[in-house]
Amino acid sequence: MASPAHKATSVRPAAPVALLVLAGIGATFFVVPLLGLVLRTPWGATWDQLRSPEVLTALRLSLLASVSATAIALALGVPLAWTLARLTFPGRAVLRAVTVLPMVLPPVVGGVALLLAFGRSGLFGGWLATAFGVHLPFTTAGAILAETFVAMPFLVITVEAGLRSMDTRFEDAARTLGASRWTVLWRVTLPLIRPSLVAGAVLCWARALGEFGATITFAGNFPGRTQTMPLAVYLALETNPDAAIVLSLVLLAVSLAVLIGLRDRWLGSS
Amino acid sequence: MRWRSVSALVLAALCSACGISAPASSSPSTLSGTITVFAAASLTSAYTAIGRDFEAAHPGTVVKLSFGGSSTLVAQIEQGAIGDVFASADQANMQKAVDAGLVAGSPSIFAHNRLEIVVRAGNPKHLAGLKDLVRSGLVVVLCAPVVPCGHYATQALQNAGVTVQPASQETDVKAVVSKVALGEADAGIVYVTDVKAAGAAVQGVPIPLSVNVVADYPVAVLKDSQNAPLARAFISYLLGAGQPTLAHYGFTGP
Repeated sequence: MASPAHKATSVRPAAPVALLVLAGIGATFFVVPLLGLVLRTPWGATWDQLRSPEVLTALRLSLLASVSATAIALALGVPLAWTLARLTFPGRAVLRAVTVLPMVLPPVVGGVALLLAFGRSGLFGGWLATAFGVHLPFTTAGAILAETFVAMPFLVITVEAGLRSMDTRFEDAARTLGASRWTVLWRVTLPLIRPSLVAGAVLCWARALGEFGATITFAGNFPGRTQTMPLAVYLALETNPDAAIVLSLVLLAVSLAVLIGLRDRWLGSS
Repeated sequence: MRWRSVSALVLAALCSACGISAPASSSPSTLSGTITVFAAASLTSAYTAIGRDFEAAHPGTVVKLSFGGSSTLVAQIEQGAIGDVFASADQANMQKAVDAGLVAGSPSIFAHNRLEIVVRAGNPKHLAGLKDLVRSGLVVVLCAPVVPCGHYATQALQNAGVTVQPASQETDVKAVVSKVALGEADAGIVYVTDVKAAGAAVQGVPIPLSVNVVADYPVAVLKDSQNAPLARAFISYLLGAGQPTLAHYGFTGP
């Protein structure tokens, strides 16, 4: 709607040269390691590596776990973001800090913390086991939990930022027209922050897909059960660096495809 | 006359002193500077102590230590990390370094390590040997088969005729110990030295020598060493005066 007007007014700005140089260095910083990986790839062996059952098992598990973690993060993280953005209560700053803590915590420490909470002899682990027969360590559910723990903060802060910057007058208008709180949330708020929701979910998913430290510490490593792609890559590095490079490329290709695809489809940027 | 005889006596005494101590004192006098030692992660405690002892025995020298997985270290040296000594936790990775032309001379074995079952302190499940690891409901974690400790554990289990269903195949030996120490796993198979290093939270259940696997630890001077005399002196120290320290940390002699 606004794009023709936008295009008409925005004459290509003259960029300061220094800015472009720095941007170029910044881009090189990301591109060169990728290039190194691609140049070292033994393309001849790639197809055989890709078809091996170990790779397919790890890839399938990675997709299952990262998508599940994103789903859980959406179900719990959006309400949390809404609470942080809209309600004023004592301890809100502390709650926000605790929520984003997994972003700065070394993931291995996060994994130990999860063990102390949900492990067999952890705070809730024993109760979970006796009351529900639920064992999280060394299970796929444990891998999903670890990925959710590390990845959900990315969703929470993105959605919270979206909620804070949106125009709340639309919500007020809907409410004066008689819409219930739930209707306002579903029909007005969430559609309005859709770009933040999608961006947050994609960031969260990408972080979950690459998760290593918390998963290996909390869920261990077993093919088909908890061995996700990053774990498979790490182990392949021990014996067969070529295989590790191919596996990393698969992971990169999958995430690039999703990131680019989703951006065009949902965020409407070209 | 008198002065002359005294000075002759002093001279004689000095000469005899230097004559006797020549082999011992001439080497420290030429040893100086710094060496960097790349050592397998399982050597962390032992090498830290030995490095300190070596520096004390040869004042003016500095031993810098860099620990990591043996295969990671080989990769680092291959990619140009500058160092003087490489100590591997297995022959395979040392062979990789030799094949890549990174090593000067031939490696020497300076220690052996054996496997042990690691359990929580007090052995709450009353495990007596490898055969007990098949008990149902027991959570056993091993190293992944591609990691040296996993490779050795598989061999030991095969020797004992035991098939274990591990809950997890950990990426390194310390992860196995910590899973047991935190109470998530009931048992694991690790090196004797790791059980010693883990302290009071865990204890070891010996595996009989008839089925146990012995890991060899080779050490070598690197070809690009900037201080080969000091690197060689460090290796002789490992093979000689450093042996009691290695034994203290659970290693057995070469």
